[in-house]
Amino acid sequence: MSATLVQVIVGGLLLGAIYALFSSGLTLIWGMMNVVNFAHGDFVMVAMYIAYVVYVLLGGGPLASVPIAAVSLATIGILAYFLLVRHVMRGPMIAQILGTFGLALLLRYSMFGAAGANFLSLPDNLVGGTYEIFGIRLQASRVVAGIVALLVTAGLHLLLTRTSLGSKMLAVSEDATAAQLMGIRPDYMQAIAWGIAAGATGIAGALIATFFYISPTVGETLAIIAFVTVALGGFGSVPGALVAGLLIGLIESLSAYWIGGVWKDVVVYILFIFVLWFRPQGLMGKS
Amino acid sequence: MTLLSIRNLEVHYGDLIGVADVSLDVAEGEVVALLGSNGAGKTTTLNAVAGLIPASGGSITFAGERIDGKPAYAVVSRRIGLSPEGWRLFVGQSVENNLMLGATPLADRSRAAPLLERVYAIFPRLAERRLQLAGTMSGGERQMLAVGRALMSDPRLLMLDEPSLGLAPATVEIMYETLERLHGEGLTILLAEQSVELALEFADRAYVLQVGRTVMSGTASDLADDPEVQKVYLGMG
Ligand SMILES: Nc1ncnc2c1ncn2[C@@H]1O[C@H](COP(=O)(O)OP(=O)(O)O)[C@@H](O)[C@H]1O
Ligand SMILES: [Mg+2]
Repeated sequence: MSATLVQVIVGGLLLGAIYALFSSGLTLIWGMMNVVNFAHGDFVMVAMYIAYVVYVLLGGGPLASVPIAAVSLATIGILAYFLLVRHVMRGPMIAQILGTFGLALLLRYSMFGAAGANFLSLPDNLVGGTYEIFGIRLQASRVVAGIVALLVTAGLHLLLTRTSLGSKMLAVSEDATAAQLMGIRPDYMQAIAWGIAAGATGIAGALIATFFYISPTVGETLAIIAFVTVALGGFGSVPGALVAGLLIGLIESLSAYWIGGVWKDVVVYILFIFVLWFRPQGLMGKS
Repeated sequence: MTLLSIRNLEVHYGDLIGVADVSLDVAEGEVVALLGSNGAGKTTTLNAVAGLIPASGGSITFAGERIDGKPAYAVVSRRIGLSPEGWRLFVGQSVENNLMLGATPLADRSRAAPLLERVYAIFPRLAERRLQLAGTMSGGERQMLAVGRALMSDPRLLMLDEPSLGLAPATVEIMYETLERLHGEGLTILLAEQSVELALEFADRAYVLQVGRTVMSGTASDLADDPEVQKVYLGMG
């Protein structure tokens, strides 16, 4: 294997880890309450602007912007739950779709108003520049982002499967009425899920901002990746989102290398449709 | 002392009537059975006490406090446990997780571990299967888990919805021996049961429900000797 190919593979996996991170929040919300959050990509967008502001005002890198964006977005997620989601959940499916879609547009156009339509970006060398290891050239920002994303996604999975909070959240998603018999308030658990999911997008957004352009519409692009990742991995499955995210990052990267950058999305969607043909529940979803 | 008191309870499911007029009392330390054929309103009554469905009329008083209108999560923290119809287990989680979820209402979290040991002592079968998913268990084991989970909140009043339903006779016997022992330790029990014989053998007193109304009540031995009881049951067949 040539060094370039290894570099393409490593780069794809690092990118895929970030896809996994911001998709895991979407899949968590879906799994817990059958709600599709169309504002998910715009949560990431807001986090990217927070990272930009942290840089411009404080001169801080991800060490500052990741926790700030995580806390800000978690707060936005909890507010979105109590002010919007909790109410539209009682309505028909279309109310949920339009409700969260409305939130997406609200965030997007507020950002247009506040920051303008210009593409912004953080300086390349904010996170340590580029290194060469064993003949592979790696951008430090991507390595850091990929590794942090992997750790946070794994942490989210452990939280859901190994802690009493996770057990309560799963209980609400399995049977909210029975959960109440356990003294659990379903609305509190759902609010926490929104906080965690949005907080994860906050981390993802602050990481992505270190190597990706920032604009009010960037959320759209990212949301499509998140939906594909969630559907491919299986709705509600965090490990599924991890595997699917890594896979999509890898396939994108390889097809850009072999076939050409413009074709990478086409390859991803063909494979996506192909997988759903045989496994409509996704790779790791329950049928 | 009266622990639970229901007066003229009325519950609706939309336009349909669940129960029309149910009144009953359960004294501290007592075992009270709710009898009645399928559709008589036993489940509706227990679920209304637990706060799973709102009462549209009447009152429910527990330990001197009105609890009708309170949501289920607030009722259970007042130490009323329910093993519900259909068990409602969290089938995607382990036996131990199900039990620990039952301990959520405890004000003092450090009591969860000793309660877990106690439930495992009562149902050794659950201890053997503690890491198994609840969804992979047999009917009898699920019934034990539902009762064990309700016990994890350390209830003053344990409500059981048909603890013998769908179980093999040997399992039913184990279940009732267990309940007998819990009663001996001072637990107050309100149970719904279709099997009249079984219920009257175990309970101190019983109420008979018929199309959503309490139509008869008395001590278990009086009701067991009463030909009217048999007639009511045969009549509703
Ligand atoms: N979810 C429900 N929706 C509509 N009607 C119901 C529902 N549950 C129970 N009922 C009705 O309420 C009445 C009492 O039922 P239930 O309390 O389940 O009786 P039991 O437990 O004694 O068999 C029955 O007429 C039944 O059809
Ligand atoms: Mg019933």
